[in-house]
Amino acid sequence: MASITLNNVVKRYGSGKTANQVIHGVNAKIDDGEFVVVVGPSGCGKSTLLRMVAGLEEITGGEIMIGDRVVNDLEPSERDIAMVFQNYALYPHMNVFDNMAYGLKIAKVPMAEIEARVAKAAKILELGEFMKRKPRELSGGQRQRVAMGRAIVRQPQVFLFDEPLSNLDAKLRAHTRLEIQKLHRELGITSLFVTHDQVEAMTLAQRMIVMNGGVMEQFGTPDEVYSHPATTFVASFIGSPPMNLLSNAPDSEPGTVVGIRPEHLDITPGGWALRVDALEMLGFERLIYGRWQHGDGDEMVIVRSDEAQPVPELDSIIHVTPRADRLHTFDAATGKRLSANA
Amino acid sequence: MIERRRGLTILSHAILLTGVAIVAFPLYLTLIASTQSAEQIAQSTPMSLWPGGHALETYRTALFGGATSAGTKIPGAASMMWVSLVSALIIAIGKIAISMLSAFALVYFRFPFRNVVFWMIFVTLMLPVEVRIGPTYEVVAGLGMLNSYAGLTVPLIASATATFLFRQFFLTVPDELVEAARVDGAGPMRFFKDILLPLSTTSIAALFVIQFIYGWNQYLWPLLMTTNEEMYPVVMGIKRLIGGESFTEWNVVMATAILAMLPPALVVMLMQKWFVKGLVDVEK
Repeated sequence: MASITLNNVVKRYGSGKTANQVIHGVNAKIDDGEFVVVVGPSGCGKSTLLRMVAGLEEITGGEIMIGDRVVNDLEPSERDIAMVFQNYALYPHMNVFDNMAYGLKIAKVPMAEIEARVAKAAKILELGEFMKRKPRELSGGQRQRVAMGRAIVRQPQVFLFDEPLSNLDAKLRAHTRLEIQKLHRELGITSLFVTHDQVEAMTLAQRMIVMNGGVMEQFGTPDEVYSHPATTFVASFIGSPPMNLLSNAPDSEPGTVVGIRPEHLDITPGGWALRVDALEMLGFERLIYGRWQHGDGDEMVIVRSDEAQPVPELDSIIHVTPRADRLHTFDAATGKRLSANA
Repeated sequence: MIERRRGLTILSHAILLTGVAIVAFPLYLTLIASTQSAEQIAQSTPMSLWPGGHALETYRTALFGGATSAGTKIPGAASMMWVSLVSALIIAIGKIAISMLSAFALVYFRFPFRNVVFWMIFVTLMLPVEVRIGPTYEVVAGLGMLNSYAGLTVPLIASATATFLFRQFFLTVPDELVEAARVDGAGPMRFFKDILLPLSTTSIAALFVIQFIYGWNQYLWPLLMTTNEEMYPVVMGIKRLIGGESFTEWNVVMATAILAMLPPALVVMLMQKWFVKGLVDVEK
């Protein structure tokens, strides 16, 4: 097992004037045995970052270390990593056993040990009865498990996951999420997991990296990222519905943006007056989309309330009060967090 | 057809039957003629459309040669068919091997002048054997390859068509598969052997059928470069039976034609399943 260190990692495609920089100097240290999720919208460079760690993309600048080895110029197979691909990338003409054993055969591991390792992985992943089947005879979830099995048998220093759950249906995804957690507890292998799905990120991560436009916006535990978003991007990307960001709230300093999560707005007799624009009844909670008119403009404010509250009527006026200790303040120009509240 | 009308059904069947008749009738005529004796064919006009009773002896003569009752010396088709078979196999297998490797290089390797190479291969599509036959003859003769299997096959082996077919197929192989193989530690040739080759089997089968028939049906090139009877392929053999000074034994000509048709037909029939699969879809 090993840590992963990213030192000012840069990725640029092309050169000279037409160069297109997609990763702008990422610094991070992923500890030995840690499960880190990289999350961000499409095109933010998260997959590129993972592929650079894997050795499938060249590193334009900076340094990537696995353990205390700089791996910049090593082939993927020399980096002691295993990767689970988005579309699983199983070899279509090989059966499950051969798919899992292929890497070990190339590494000239003795046959007896290959069989033992594959059998062990198959047991963990409950693949025993499928060993002789071809990938096309398996369901999506089974293929996904074979792809994980192929990674496990290599007994690598680092697991790399490239959106491995995105091709599964919602129910299977939730189930597989739990399995990956369990697997990580059992094997304790350092893992880097890329996803665009914040639920996956929040549930799987011990720490998460939030990326946007090739820049690392925040690196912290899910709780830190949720409660103390470092930038307005993180505030609006993590959490559903997103944090309300108000650019000209009353009694806020000019040039700042005030953030408040929908669940931290209480319906009270007095306070901000919102005209109810839309309602979303989700059973266990309801979302009130209100328009807040103040000064010279109006802003959309989302309020999360529960069954205990009466349902407001459309176009009626409700009043909400933000919890003072849950207000976030950001710099309007840079988007960076200003306040250090609880 | 959208509507199911009686008239239309009859019409379409009539057209189809006519088509089949046009293709099949000459074949039938060949088969019938090969079962009659030379005299029967020569004397009866029009020729009888019923099978005659001389099939066995005609085919024996056609296959193994000998003198006929009219005194014509017939060279046996068996040895010529062997020449055809060997060269068709060398051409088909050689074409597949070379074009697979060149397509592999074109798709998976980044080397200088890759596009130039690609276009050079492309240009050869416009230069079939017939166009470059003079210079090719000069080269083959200069290399002393006249009257040899090498001479019969090597100039025909390079194939842009097959290279393109494999290139198209390789382009459909997902990049993730290449990457998975890289992570698994497979080098380029290992990847070619373990992953690409097994995935290409249907394409290989389809190409084999096409190229085998192409090689078997070569006429002009062998005609030019073989002077030794032992190196004549069977397609040339048929032509040699017709005309000349002696009496043309049409029954033997027809029997030889049928014999020459058999191996390609056999290849198509045996590989039909693979052939269609290779043309229609690629296993993914």
